[in-house]
Amino acid sequence: MRIVKILSVMAVLLALGTIAVAQGGQVLLNAAGATFPYPIYSKWFDQYHKLHSNIQINYQSIGSGGGIRQLLDKTVDFGASDGPMTDEQLKQASFPVLHFPTVLGADVPSYNIPGVSAELKFTPEALAGIFLGKITKWNDPAIASANSGVKLPGDDIVVVHRSDGSGTTYIWTDYLSKISPEWQQKVGKATSVNWPVGLGGKGNEGVAALIQQMPGAIGYVELIYAIQNKIAYGHVKNQAGAFVKADLASVSAAAEAASQSMPGDFRVSITNPEGKAAYPIASFTWLLIPAKFTDATKRDVVKDFLKWMMTDGQQYCEALAYAKLPKEVVAKEMKAIAKIE
Amino acid sequence: MASTPNAAMPAGLAWSPRALLRRLRGADEIAHLITLIAAAILLLITALLVYQLWIHSAEARHRFGWNFFVTRTWDPVAGEFGALPFIYGTLVTSAVALLLAVPLGVGGAIFLAELAPPKLSSSLTFVSDLLAAVPSVIYGLLGVFLLVPLMRTTVQPALKKTLGFLPLFQGPAYGIGFLTAGIVLAVMIVPFVLSVSREVLLAVPRDQREAALALGATKWESTWLVVVPAGRIGIFGSVFLALARALGETMAVTMVVGNNPKIAASLFSPGYSIAAVLANEFSEATGNLYLSALIELALVLFLLTFVLNGLARLLILITTARGSGVLPT
Repeated sequence: MRIVKILSVMAVLLALGTIAVAQGGQVLLNAAGATFPYPIYSKWFDQYHKLHSNIQINYQSIGSGGGIRQLLDKTVDFGASDGPMTDEQLKQASFPVLHFPTVLGADVPSYNIPGVSAELKFTPEALAGIFLGKITKWNDPAIASANSGVKLPGDDIVVVHRSDGSGTTYIWTDYLSKISPEWQQKVGKATSVNWPVGLGGKGNEGVAALIQQMPGAIGYVELIYAIQNKIAYGHVKNQAGAFVKADLASVSAAAEAASQSMPGDFRVSITNPEGKAAYPIASFTWLLIPAKFTDATKRDVVKDFLKWMMTDGQQYCEALAYAKLPKEVVAKEMKAIAKIE
Repeated sequence: MASTPNAAMPAGLAWSPRALLRRLRGADEIAHLITLIAAAILLLITALLVYQLWIHSAEARHRFGWNFFVTRTWDPVAGEFGALPFIYGTLVTSAVALLLAVPLGVGGAIFLAELAPPKLSSSLTFVSDLLAAVPSVIYGLLGVFLLVPLMRTTVQPALKKTLGFLPLFQGPAYGIGFLTAGIVLAVMIVPFVLSVSREVLLAVPRDQREAALALGATKWESTWLVVVPAGRIGIFGSVFLALARALGETMAVTMVVGNNPKIAASLFSPGYSIAAVLANEFSEATGNLYLSALIELALVLFLLTFVLNGLARLLILITTARGSGVLPT
């Protein structure tokens, strides 16, 4: 009996303790989704926690698909995705979901041609032809005509793509769908597609390893991965006709060019944008926020975090090689935060 | 407690706590109960697994029916899903792995069990057991950085030159594909075949060897004609266990198989396996049909493994029935 008494006293104390902590304003938010922005998100959540020691945001980088599913199942407070939710997915949701662009990502064409060290220039037609399997030799006129002065060998082209479903593939196929009607009709855009040709590598590192080892290989990797690992990559011709090399500035320029026509829900693809300085294979990545929170504390924390992320938080982007949001986009998003109820 | 009406009832019907306790007092009953619970939980987990896979694959099962097994397309954009290239890739890579691993493993086991000096035998067995403990991602990395370049520049051109008339060894040499995946798998499963087969051979009664030698057989004749056949079924069991491991291997395979859902006769061709596509596409799968098709693939893999494990069990049953007593531990 003594033991029971002691135990019950302890239980009561424990319960009181929990309540006391909760009254102290401890807020725990759970989020899940895209892997690509994980480094900057974890930096943001960590910095935000330092500013507000009572707020903790847990982020699981389980992939965009998983993020959307968990958000719709309400197992997380908010989600994150590299591709915007489709109309169908929004219709399926039992509650309205808002999209907030956070940072920008881009894909770059990387290649390994024996004897060629110059940075190659790719036209949209050449990229589409290569990935459709129609251009099979490196000295094909479609490639050579944009690279006068570079001596291209007659080697076979080996296409390398991501084998795991990823936002990187989504951006790449979204771009190809825009510039090639044949691609759109035959293949389409998604995080995984039915590739007409090529070998699959797992992750950016898998694709990069295959390219490095395989003479004649071409593939796409995430810009940040290419920068951090000092991988050489080619220039791509944009809609204005200029060959642009991807870097943080040209990626931000792509977002700026697209911000004029930004729809109210921010679900926009910015591949193949207008603008002379814009790099054409770039995309936003989004946080997916429920439009209505039942918990007022959580709602206020999320709103405050979004505001902080778009202002002070942006300073952490460039150190991690993420392109910043353009001012116009930030201004529009700040207004949209008011929609969260 | 003593005043409960149960105390008056016959002992056999008593279900009062005290009576239950009395029934359980013997160590036999307690052991029986605990082991029964352990076995039941295992069964429950398996049943639950199949049940979950079954209900979550409902959409794909209804949409594609049996066609799922014969369709070659895997197109997440158009929502067309077929398992054939993945089943093919899984079986081909596993078959290549067995073809390489079984002679190596059984040969090694014969040497270690019968011919090698005991000291050498135990240290080599230790090394082989170590191989089994290496994480599969390490095998995958070694495959990508060592084996793939070697395959592309040396092994595949040589095979093409000598055996190129066979459809098995034709086409461009990428270095990755069925053959490379099979080789990596073979390295991974050799320790299983070797360890279990060695145990089996060591378990063959000593009198059988002595009898063979007494009849005038040489050491090798006694090994090959008496000891190995006696352990035959146990060795088969080890092969089936290794096969089950090869079928389910994910990481190492996806790193070297090429990840292209293609059915090609050439072993140089890139392919795909069920476990690899699950690992690759599950996390980013959006859309219910896509997800449910992936889960149906998992069900197919489970079925394949189940059938093969069943066969292995059956072999062991046959051994026991014959009373040879040669069983893998």
